[in-house]
Amino acid sequence: MSRPRLIKESSEASAPLERELLVRIHDLMVKTRVLEERLIQMYKQGHGYFWIGGPGEEAFNVSLGLLMKKGQGPDFDYLHAHYRQSGTLLALGEEPIGSLRQMKNTATDPYSGGRNFAGHYSARKYNVAPVSSPIEVQYAIAPGTAMVQKRHGGDGITIVTGGDAGTAEGDFASCLVWSSRPVNPLPILIIVTNNKWGISTAAEGQHGEQRISDRGKAFGIRSKTINGNDAVEAYTELREAMTYVRTERKPFLLEANVSRLYGHSSASGANYVGNEVDCLTEFEAKLEKDGVLTREQMDALRNRYTEEMAAAARQVRDEPQPDPESIWKHIYAEDK
Amino acid sequence: MANMAQAIRMALHYAEEHLGVTDIFGEDVGAPLGGVFTCTQGLKTTWNSPLDERGIIGAAMGIAMAGGRPVAEIQFCDYVYNTIDLLKLAGNTCWSTFGDWNLPMVVRTPVGSGIRGSIYHSHSFDATMTHIAGWKVVMPSTPLDAYGLLITACQEKNPVMFLEPKALLRVKGEERIPGEPEDDRALSKLIDAPLGDRSQWKPQWPAGLEAYAVPFGKGKIVREGTQLTVVSYGRTLPLCTKAAETLAADGISAEVIDLRSLWPYDWELIKASVQKTGRVLFVNEDTEVTNFGEHLVRRTVEELFYSLLAPPRLLAGKFLPGIGLADALEMASVPQLGDITTAIRSLAGEQP
Repeated sequence: MSRPRLIKESSEASAPLERELLVRIHDLMVKTRVLEERLIQMYKQGHGYFWIGGPGEEAFNVSLGLLMKKGQGPDFDYLHAHYRQSGTLLALGEEPIGSLRQMKNTATDPYSGGRNFAGHYSARKYNVAPVSSPIEVQYAIAPGTAMVQKRHGGDGITIVTGGDAGTAEGDFASCLVWSSRPVNPLPILIIVTNNKWGISTAAEGQHGEQRISDRGKAFGIRSKTINGNDAVEAYTELREAMTYVRTERKPFLLEANVSRLYGHSSASGANYVGNEVDCLTEFEAKLEKDGVLTREQMDALRNRYTEEMAAAARQVRDEPQPDPESIWKHIYAEDK
Repeated sequence: MANMAQAIRMALHYAEEHLGVTDIFGEDVGAPLGGVFTCTQGLKTTWNSPLDERGIIGAAMGIAMAGGRPVAEIQFCDYVYNTIDLLKLAGNTCWSTFGDWNLPMVVRTPVGSGIRGSIYHSHSFDATMTHIAGWKVVMPSTPLDAYGLLITACQEKNPVMFLEPKALLRVKGEERIPGEPEDDRALSKLIDAPLGDRSQWKPQWPAGLEAYAVPFGKGKIVREGTQLTVVSYGRTLPLCTKAAETLAADGISAEVIDLRSLWPYDWELIKASVQKTGRVLFVNEDTEVTNFGEHLVRRTVEELFYSLLAPPRLLAGKFLPGIGLADALEMASVPQLGDITTAIRSLAGEQP
């Protein structure tokens, strides 16, 4: 834990993070948390039919977004996300009002034109594949983008994210198989965010392996389980795993233990759960202790985002709903 | 003339050379086998996938997302059923993202009876596939149409399901594919892989192949007639033509339409024909309950009712859990020449 020892380490993973980066991670974590709480509030006030999102995964998801090689096409990273990754999208540079618009299913919803649930992002400009409600289909699709990247060359990688409960689906096994074939190992970071729940079913009722990351071992896939509630650990471990995939052009299975602070979705009430670790509280205590930010600074930041998000929600409330005739749009890609 | 398997192979060769096809893959699609029906022998971009249909469809979607142009194969359509939600997802990706993403991907799969394939190699897929929106669905009945429809499929921006009537894959065409050599045996020597060791074999593709394209949504009149219309596609189409020829001797004039493209489909062609004849029989071999032909019957009733001289008819596969192996079982389960001839004769003579 002593500083001199850290400096001696040459490994990238153990290098301390710059103050500026810590502040940036914190800023995005707060922004994400406030966004999710605003989305929940919109749901509870009747300004949306359904909420699902990722409060409790900010430390991990923000780090992931900051570390992605952002852009469009195989030179950049592809993200096959699931529906708890607002933090990743904000870290990529998305404005939170887009999420509010999707919550309110307005015609202005930039991700689905009022068609899909909150948190179901699509951002081709950043290689973010469409998020869909089936929990693990992204694991079957991700090897495809990774194959193109492998052939294309360069250092772009594919990242796929899903939850622990969904690893019961065959698509997760498909991903392990397709990523690690000796004839064509793929540059893919396979992520499982483990919140130890599948809707209302606890982990003990779901699967028996000690660590989900152990499933990578049988395929010779480098694997690790990390504490995704620790922002510094999440960032450094993600950075190491991504560097490995980027340079070695081989798969890596990363399991991140995270929390689920407002339950599965609005279907389970979307109320704050008191008995789980809150990554933001933990990170703020550390930042305060290390003298990176003061309590006052952090409170001011949160207040500012709360006000901004409230104003954005008011704006979205008055925006038009989709035109009924719009149901016929985009069944097929138009000729350009 | 080329058979349908050779036509598909030549179209895929053209597509990987000129239309940007990057990956032709599936179970046993690459060397040495080149597909269980030989449709992918000798092609440049083929590779063998794990025996994982969900992985195959998923990979095709991912390849399409990253700018590739995949042609994936499901070895028999009987094995496509565990991918249904991925097919649904591929079909809704453009719509769900309000046009942000589109998937230029082709899935080929052999369908239908005719090879005594028993319960898991005889199924049809047109009824189920035409229920999944966001795809284009085609099914040729001749080698030339197979070539032309596949060329169009490989130029599409959207997912295409290319259904191959397996009973017709080995049947030679009656029309020459542009660029195809005059002599059948010469073609076989050029592009059919030898039996035994093929490790040193390379195909010699006919030099004159071209982008001969059959547009989607366009059927064709295979045989003109005046008294009734028969609309079919795939394996049953040539049987309908043969039945119509036989019945001509009895003074029954049947017009036969090859739909070719199931979605979108050529309603104008059907409509014009039915308005002329007043009688229509739809024929396919998928199970008859919630069959695509039922949609066509419904539309005929709703839009052409006052042109009709008799109720529109559907002749389709029996609503059974499978097609049994024994010859008598298969013949009794899906429309055969005799069934079609009887149905046409009956419709032609039907009076109020």
